[in-house]
Amino acid sequence: MTSITKMITHAFEKEEGHEHVHREAKPYSNPYLVGIGLGLVLLAAFVIMGRGLGASGALSTAVAVTVNTIAPEHAAGNNFYSEYIGDGSTNPLMDWLIFQTLGVLVGGFLSGTISHRVKKGIEKGPRISTKMRFAYAFIGGGLLGYGAKLARGCMSGQALSGGAVLNLGSWVFMMMVFVGGYAAAYFMRRQWT
Amino acid sequence: MNAPFFKFEYFNSEVSLIIAFIIGIAFGIALEKGGFGRATILSAQFYFTNMRVLKVMFTAIVTAMLGLYFLSVFGFVDLSLVYLTQTNLLPMAVGGLIAGLGFIIGGYCPGTSMVAVATGKLDAMVFVSGMIFGILVFGEMFPGIENFFNSGYMGNVTLPSYFNLSYGLVVFLVVLMAVGAFTAAEWGEKKMAAKSGKEIL
Repeated sequence: MTSITKMITHAFEKEEGHEHVHREAKPYSNPYLVGIGLGLVLLAAFVIMGRGLGASGALSTAVAVTVNTIAPEHAAGNNFYSEYIGDGSTNPLMDWLIFQTLGVLVGGFLSGTISHRVKKGIEKGPRISTKMRFAYAFIGGGLLGYGAKLARGCMSGQALSGGAVLNLGSWVFMMMVFVGGYAAAYFMRRQWT
Repeated sequence: MNAPFFKFEYFNSEVSLIIAFIIGIAFGIALEKGGFGRATILSAQFYFTNMRVLKVMFTAIVTAMLGLYFLSVFGFVDLSLVYLTQTNLLPMAVGGLIAGLGFIIGGYCPGTSMVAVATGKLDAMVFVSGMIFGILVFGEMFPGIENFFNSGYMGNVTLPSYFNLSYGLVVFLVVLMAVGAFTAAEWGEKKMAAKSGKEIL
């Protein structure tokens, strides 16, 4: 774990030399205005495409395609992978969620750059080591990947998009996300506070 | 003109990928501007010190919900053509619980972790690799949990149809709930800030 920590940190260190001018990061925008903006983006997706936003789906396609490339028979015998791979008539990577997620990366980078908020860093509270933070990040990511697949979507696909179309399952999902988060918050307080 | 445009074949699926990319960019900008590229801001939601997650999420849901409601009432959007994820109650509830645990342990959700990666957060890169691992584990376990995954099937069911209330009434109730939640969030943040003496990001 330590070596991975060093490796990742090192990969970003080269960039620091270029930061001759230090610019003050702009404060984040008013949450209600951002919410209206995000809601309009979501509405545009519904009106133009008839579908909402997503995030975990792109990674699922990437995983399924990778498994299919390494072990095609194994993937074909698994209903989870084969659903993402399709019947072979279309390229699974030419997918709406893949392009939308690439857009999220670009949009996040653009917005961060304009506001001087793109900065190498590790998000954690003062009471936890980087090594432990990375361990928790991996475990948490693993749980979210697993949970989102079990729930047929994540905070974007279920809570946000399904929430806006008043989907019953999405609202149940959203409530349970808050239940899970608040239930474990006490035990995670050393990481964040 | 009728919406959803794609369902009425105003453009083909190749064009839809360009639209996906553009909508993704707008999505990424909104998340970044909201402060959602930072795990310390996201996790603060669960310590009542910064309620941005709730404010942005519920404002976005209410905005899109009202937009869809009025556009469908005016006959512009055919709601039956807007995608609804099928409801499998128990797997969705369990999945939500696991995702909630992952959120507070990992500090991000899938969409926000992408923005965090794009703005240079190293822990988010670890988080994304964890997510890929979690999806792979799910995929490998899938034959064994397929029955549970498909259990509790209720089809396409919305809050209005489930509770047998009119669409407009549920929309109104969600708006009321959101306004109540915003009021509570503003009050709670002030309380917590007074207690800790820290400024809210």
